[in-house]
Amino acid sequence: MAQPHQFCTFYLDKFLFGVELQKVQEVMRYLEMTAIPLAPDVVSGLMNLRGQIVMAVDLRRRLELPNRPADMLPMNVVILSADGAVSLLVDKIGDVVEVDDDSFERPPETLQGKVRELILGVHKLDKHLLHVLDTDKACETAPSLEAVAAK
Amino acid sequence: MDDLIKEFLVESIENLDRLDSELVKLESDPSSEDLLSSIFRTIHTIKGSCGFLGFGKLEKVAHAGESLLSLLRDGKIPLTADLTSGLLSMVDAIRTILSEIQASGQDGKEDYPELIENLNRLQHPGQKPETKTSREPKTADSSKKRQTAPKKGEDGVAPKLGQPSPAREKAEEIVAASQESDGSPAATATNDKKHRPLSGKIGGMLVERGLVNPDVLARALVEQAEGDSRRVGEILVSVGSVSKEDVQAAIRTQDGARANSAAADTIRVDVHLLDRLMNLVGELVLTRNQITQFAGRQSDPVLTNSTQQLNLLTSELQGEVMKTRMQPISNVFDKFPRVVRDVAKGCGKQVLIEMEGKETELDKSLLEAIKDPLTHIVRNSVDHGIEMPDQRVAHGKRPEGHLKLGACHEGGQVVIEIKDDGAGIDTVRVKNKALERGLITPQQGTQMSDRELLNLIFLPGFSTAEKVTNLSGRGVGMDVVKTHIDRVNGTVDIQSSPGKGTAIKIKIPLTLAIVRAVIVQASGKRFAIPQVSIQELVRLDGDRVRKDIELVHGVPVYRMRGKLLPVIYLSQELGLIMDARSEYEKNEAINLVVLQADDHIFGLVVDEINDSEEIVVKPLGKQLKGIKVFAGATIMGDGKVSLILDVVGLAQSASVLSGVRDRGLADNPDELLEKEIKKYAFLLFAGPGDSRMALPLAIVARLEEFPVSHVEKSGNEWVIQYRGKILPLIRLARVLEERRVRVRQALSLAEHDSSPLQVLVCNDEGETIGIVVERILDIVEDRADVQSPASRAGVLYSVIINERVTELLDIPAIKRFSIENRSLQTEHAEVSN
Repeated sequence: MAQPHQFCTFYLDKFLFGVELQKVQEVMRYLEMTAIPLAPDVVSGLMNLRGQIVMAVDLRRRLELPNRPADMLPMNVVILSADGAVSLLVDKIGDVVEVDDDSFERPPETLQGKVRELILGVHKLDKHLLHVLDTDKACETAPSLEAVAAK
Repeated sequence: MDDLIKEFLVESIENLDRLDSELVKLESDPSSEDLLSSIFRTIHTIKGSCGFLGFGKLEKVAHAGESLLSLLRDGKIPLTADLTSGLLSMVDAIRTILSEIQASGQDGKEDYPELIENLNRLQHPGQKPETKTSREPKTADSSKKRQTAPKKGEDGVAPKLGQPSPAREKAEEIVAASQESDGSPAATATNDKKHRPLSGKIGGMLVERGLVNPDVLARALVEQAEGDSRRVGEILVSVGSVSKEDVQAAIRTQDGARANSAAADTIRVDVHLLDRLMNLVGELVLTRNQITQFAGRQSDPVLTNSTQQLNLLTSELQGEVMKTRMQPISNVFDKFPRVVRDVAKGCGKQVLIEMEGKETELDKSLLEAIKDPLTHIVRNSVDHGIEMPDQRVAHGKRPEGHLKLGACHEGGQVVIEIKDDGAGIDTVRVKNKALERGLITPQQGTQMSDRELLNLIFLPGFSTAEKVTNLSGRGVGMDVVKTHIDRVNGTVDIQSSPGKGTAIKIKIPLTLAIVRAVIVQASGKRFAIPQVSIQELVRLDGDRVRKDIELVHGVPVYRMRGKLLPVIYLSQELGLIMDARSEYEKNEAINLVVLQADDHIFGLVVDEINDSEEIVVKPLGKQLKGIKVFAGATIMGDGKVSLILDVVGLAQSASVLSGVRDRGLADNPDELLEKEIKKYAFLLFAGPGDSRMALPLAIVARLEEFPVSHVEKSGNEWVIQYRGKILPLIRLARVLEERRVRVRQALSLAEHDSSPLQVLVCNDEGETIGIVVERILDIVEDRADVQSPASRAGVLYSVIINERVTELLDIPAIKRFSIENRSLQTEHAEVSN
């Protein structure tokens, strides 16, 4: 049976991504951040979200996309992860879209590398392909942490 | 559940905990009337309340115990070990019933007929009950006592008072009636006022001491009841029947008794409420900081004034709220005598327990968190650590084992030490066990230091006990201990010397969310350093910038009051700039924060030292836990986030403090004193063929472990990618070995098994090299003043470190060899092609 799903969508580079709406705590404009020395470079820093300290992960770096142009301020998509709130930095926020299971497809075999772990699949929308992000994996910075631990 | 029952449960459980320790104490001091009466009162209260609440089974058990206790209290039967055990098992039964009530609201099906039988049997220990009435304490309501202890009959009346006279009875009546009107808060508020001895009253006390005739007292009381507003004591003095001094002495005793019953001044508060209060105060502190900053920019005196007031009040409020959550560690420690007694008895051992620093306070949640791990360690110490009495004697020790528990505050942490003088831990057995269980590989086994082996006992599924006892040795335990302590960000450290005993040291942070910190800047970023670790702040300006930071073999140090402090640069440690020393030499001044990490003191160079502030510590997420130099983050007055430096982590990452420092049990103060004089720290490691070698610790930047698979070859050199650079590796085994062996061993990596390479990353004249050694042994401080010429090339000279001959490595020579070696290998490679 076709199950409708709601996704919060956003843009990174020229791609459209989505995360399940239930996992999104809130969407915020850019907040000032404190960089963390020695942290993996996907971690942009820590920010003060109404008294709560939240780590920000730059999705462009996480997905190995080119860096954001210097004049573009990212937006925050705050995700409720198992370890508390984590903010994903994205370029632009899109609409909330409703999709059916029918339109879902696994990523093609030709998609390789780190990105494959992060993308659960795509939903075929009328004009775009909506990349479904594995938020748990996206919040994980562990692989790069090993590199830090070795330092 | 009924509020009444709930209250009964909370109170009873609390009382039972006290009972445990009191009974054990009583065993060593059987004549203490205070203890006996307190125990009696507790059981009596439980019995009274459960009769009232309709818990018949509980009442029966408590009644049997009470009857026994009353005989004991009256001195009719002596206290024996059997009796104590019986009473303790009664406490256990009551506890079981109480938890049953808590769970179901009923007192369960179990009747405990055997226990009751046993308790009744203990009432007649075979000998005629003798009458030792002199020890009889009187109760205000002696009729009640007679009723609760029916066997005692009329003996319950102390003969000192003579035959019951109408006047005396009257006196007792009035005493009982006037209890409320006396206005004594202790007497009115405690539940057990009825069982409070008459001696709690001035008049009663005087009668008891034989200073006042009961009839005179009765007259005085009647007078008071008829409207004389004076106190009983005053009336008695005025009638001349007693001296003023006697009354005053009696009052002092009475005050002492009242102080003991603090119950009147306490209320129960839900812990969650306290937590919430803590959080709110935390937020308040943040807001206060913001307002203080804002007010600092304004020039309105009224605002400044009220801000100061706000500042003061908030600090005070914060202090008080924090105190509400603090509890002395005795809450946990006091359970241990009972635990030790039970375990020791169960395995036929004799153990003395000694406790120190019971008043050390820590946060309630932490106390809860360490309760189970501590209990486990104590059990383990008795069960596995301390030997059987005959074994102990055979080893020239006293038959009874010693277990010492200590707690103290140290540098913002609570340090708990559990020390026994038992057999110690046999590292060989630990190793074999770990191999047998497949916890380590044989290769790892040979590479591990004693200290690492000891730490294996914290692995899941590890238990060395030959036989499983009902108390410990089921293979769960030490790993659980470690996870519990880890959870509260604590550390467990174990030290053991075979035959002498084991000491387990637990350090837990006082993670009371709010700490005082100094804010510093490095490369334009702000960091907070907890003030507890800061020793002092030093500013060097003018010429001193270049002169006062000296170099010991390329490593910067600062001479503070004649002692050398290693100096590290915060910006460099955080990877913000590479060569900090030359950068800072251009500055006009250098700010040095002198920090203490464990027992090591070092200097941290920062760009700027700002204010000190109260900060609220927020933990970093799991993803960032791997970065050891940060303890957490905080929100500053301006709303921005700052990172909090972890001084110990920083010291470790800068190699000021090694993770493998060893200090045996044998360390005594004299030895420590000696260490003060010795100045050099050496890194000990095993070179080729298990030879003992050393390097001055100062030139070793880091100790690393690399998987063989990470090693790459650049030309004929072994290299590894390390912090974004190429690190040349020098294999001591290769360099120091004789040439023909070297040639034979060709170049392949395969000669090494898959176990990781142990690498010392060294700084030598601005160059970083990695030295591959067999095994890292230890870091020691030694004078190393006994020297002899080198025995082979690549070695500076041989010295005696820790009473063993050790070769001191000559780094420049090693580097030279390595280059020669490389060309030789090239030749060899050409030949084999």
